[in-house]
Amino acid sequence: MIQLSRWKVTLVVLSLIVGVLLAFPNLLSPQQRASLPGWLPKNALNLGLDLQGGSYLLLEVDVPAMRQARVANLVEDVRVTLREAGIGVNQLQREEGGVVATIANAGQYDAAFQALRTLGGATGPSGEVERAATRLSDNRIRFGYTDTALNGMGTTAVDQSIEVVRRRIDSLGTREPSITRQGADRIVVQAPGESDPTQLERVIGQTAQLTFQMVDVENSVNDAVAGRVPPDSQLLTDEQGTPYLVKRRILVSGENLTRAGVGADQSGRPAIDFRFDGTGARRFGEATAQNIGRPFAIILDGKVISAPTIQSAITGGTGQITGQFSIEEASTLVNLLNGGALPAPLNVEERRVVTAELGADAVAAGGLSTAIGFAIIVVFMILAYGFLFGGVSVLGLILNGILIVAAMSLTQATLTLPGIAGLILTFAVAVDANVLIYERMRDEARAGRSVIASMDAGFNKAMGTIIDANLTTLVAAAIMFVFGAGPVRGFAWTLTIGVFTSVFSSVLVAQVLLAYWLKTAKPKKLPIAE
Amino acid sequence: MTMRGWPFIKLLPQKTNFQFVKYARAAGVLSVVLCLAAIVGCFYPGLNMGIDFRGGASMEVAKPAGQVIELDRVREAVNTLSLGDVQVQGIARRDSNANDGSTAIVRFQVPEGRNQTQVVQQVEGAISGAVGEVTYSGVSVVGSKVSGELFTSGLLALGVAIGLMFLYIWFRFEPQFGFGAVIGLLHDVILTFGLIVVMRLEFSLNMVAAILTVIGYSMNDTVVVFDRLRENLRKYKTMPLRDVIDLSLNETLSRTIITGVTAVMVLAALAVFGGEALFGFSIALMFGIIIGTYSSIYVGAPIILLWGVKRGALVEDAKPVKLGMASRP
Repeated sequence: MIQLSRWKVTLVVLSLIVGVLLAFPNLLSPQQRASLPGWLPKNALNLGLDLQGGSYLLLEVDVPAMRQARVANLVEDVRVTLREAGIGVNQLQREEGGVVATIANAGQYDAAFQALRTLGGATGPSGEVERAATRLSDNRIRFGYTDTALNGMGTTAVDQSIEVVRRRIDSLGTREPSITRQGADRIVVQAPGESDPTQLERVIGQTAQLTFQMVDVENSVNDAVAGRVPPDSQLLTDEQGTPYLVKRRILVSGENLTRAGVGADQSGRPAIDFRFDGTGARRFGEATAQNIGRPFAIILDGKVISAPTIQSAITGGTGQITGQFSIEEASTLVNLLNGGALPAPLNVEERRVVTAELGADAVAAGGLSTAIGFAIIVVFMILAYGFLFGGVSVLGLILNGILIVAAMSLTQATLTLPGIAGLILTFAVAVDANVLIYERMRDEARAGRSVIASMDAGFNKAMGTIIDANLTTLVAAAIMFVFGAGPVRGFAWTLTIGVFTSVFSSVLVAQVLLAYWLKTAKPKKLPIAE
Repeated sequence: MTMRGWPFIKLLPQKTNFQFVKYARAAGVLSVVLCLAAIVGCFYPGLNMGIDFRGGASMEVAKPAGQVIELDRVREAVNTLSLGDVQVQGIARRDSNANDGSTAIVRFQVPEGRNQTQVVQQVEGAISGAVGEVTYSGVSVVGSKVSGELFTSGLLALGVAIGLMFLYIWFRFEPQFGFGAVIGLLHDVILTFGLIVVMRLEFSLNMVAAILTVIGYSMNDTVVVFDRLRENLRKYKTMPLRDVIDLSLNETLSRTIITGVTAVMVLAALAVFGGEALFGFSIALMFGIIIGTYSSIYVGAPIILLWGVKRGALVEDAKPVKLGMASRP
């Protein structure tokens, strides 16, 4: 076992070269790294948010709220459809995923069913029917989402939300944000360097649900404020708190918006220009043609932005939202509208912010303790086993350090503060392999074996123990990775890399160097044995 | 080289003859008492749960070095917002590691149904109003739903870790060894929890990582001892079991001490220089490693004595291939 075999020497030298090459970019500044020739590795350690500063947000897509809102909209659709068809309704009862209408006149039952079936013609992305009408007993018709549509709503909503959040963050210009799905209904947003999460949250959290609804002019706003809100209307306010009574039915919504931009109204104040798609343009054209002279409300996330009076039919599909905006407000709104509406409200469930200074302090503290820990091990090992055997394990330790940095840089695993602690602990335990080997050698020497035989036996017999001992650490690390979140995962990954590199470097380096010593010095006696 | 005692390893006695097993009963009683105390301590007074596990918010507030933040005024100001439990605590400055009263950590709950972001802004306003301009760094808010899940998954991770270790030892060794190892692990985990309670360390996600590491280290230690024990059981077929255990513990003692001392020294450096964020973490690790070393000597091995080992069967089975490479004769 302990002989200077060529492949072992090659392996050690090769790993040293590759390790140095991969770890090297960490010594350079980002600018220097960028100017490296293409064939050289450029990746430096990927520091976690706790080390470089930044914001972490865990958002939950409020799917139940979205379902409720959709069903509420359904109720209005049914009410208006039946009224337009001239069908009297005794009762509209909302239920899970749909609404049950009780038709007043049995003779109109078939006509009502027909009208609702036409209304349900809307199909989902994959072409299946999303909404359907079903005949029930006692003159009742159920109109609602199909089970498939209802179940798919959540998944689609999360996918859409991720897309919308991504577009909105991109428009902020935050560097390298990471937006990932977690579990069934959660989104993790990590924005390194962003230490003002308030702005981030404001931009992410706004649903940006833009709707155009008619103002209810038949009923009095004052009555509504006093609590008498007609069933097909709702009471909303604007930024200043002025109440508006608005029809519940949505004429056109932001989904039909193709583009928004900052413009100016007649008096030169900032306004928002927008353009609808084909469907939106048609619906907006019809609605404005029917309601000339009446006011309609432009509503964003339940707040009335403005309520202009329709002067003429707007058929071209373009329009302007005027209100009291500043330029910033107008451009934020434009960004939100262009990014699309969130299909469901997002709730912030977890939020962690680390300022850049705090991160730099953590890096400094981590670096200092790593250096000191390293020095302690070096001094201790040399004191314990002398310059030769102690020195050999120190060299193994140095290769280990290089390989860890190289592996972490190569895989772009996130290094966190607990990860640094894991690294330090790895160093401490890395010498364990050497200690096990050396102690075995001493055992064998004591039993009267020759130098070569005891060194040979030392490596042979200790190997099984070393593997057993390190496999257990690996098991612990794997569990941390599977069950852990955030910092724990970083720690687990560092630990895993450390187990592999430390077994490799401490065993192999020791073998090669000690074999070389054995060959050149031809010792009569093991220096660490009595 | 005629220097006696250099390298230092020569100073350690060549052969130790400690009769570990003789004191195993006393150690066992002590361990049981301490474990019971630790378990009681986990419920009364209970763990000092960090916001990771109980939800709420924590923020670090600092003034320039030398200026003092009046903790009472901060406490009063935050209390007026009626958020429930509010903790204000002075901590050491990050840049100097000295506690000069200029830095504090504020923890509070976000009441159900109130908007997190708004509450945090209100608290920031209240603090600035009470003690003047301060800088905020390291703000964390965890919702109650998430914190509950984190807590469950943290405990689950600990449970699964212990379970897997048991399976591993069972397959690599014998069921008795597995029991010994697992009871040793439980012992270490429980006592580490005891330390967390006694020192009022914050039980957070990082702490779970620390305990998992203690499990890994303690297992590492136990495996080294068990490996030697298994080897000696084969070598000395007629020696009484207790003597084989003593012998194996003595033979691995120098390794146990060297590795343990290195790890503890390095963690001590981490505790001193790693800053506030890693202090509790490194203290728990350090303690866990000491306990883990103790338990592989006094808990794991003696339990095997308690159960006994089917040595006949083991000798029969002692073919190198079957029991892995450690058993190579």
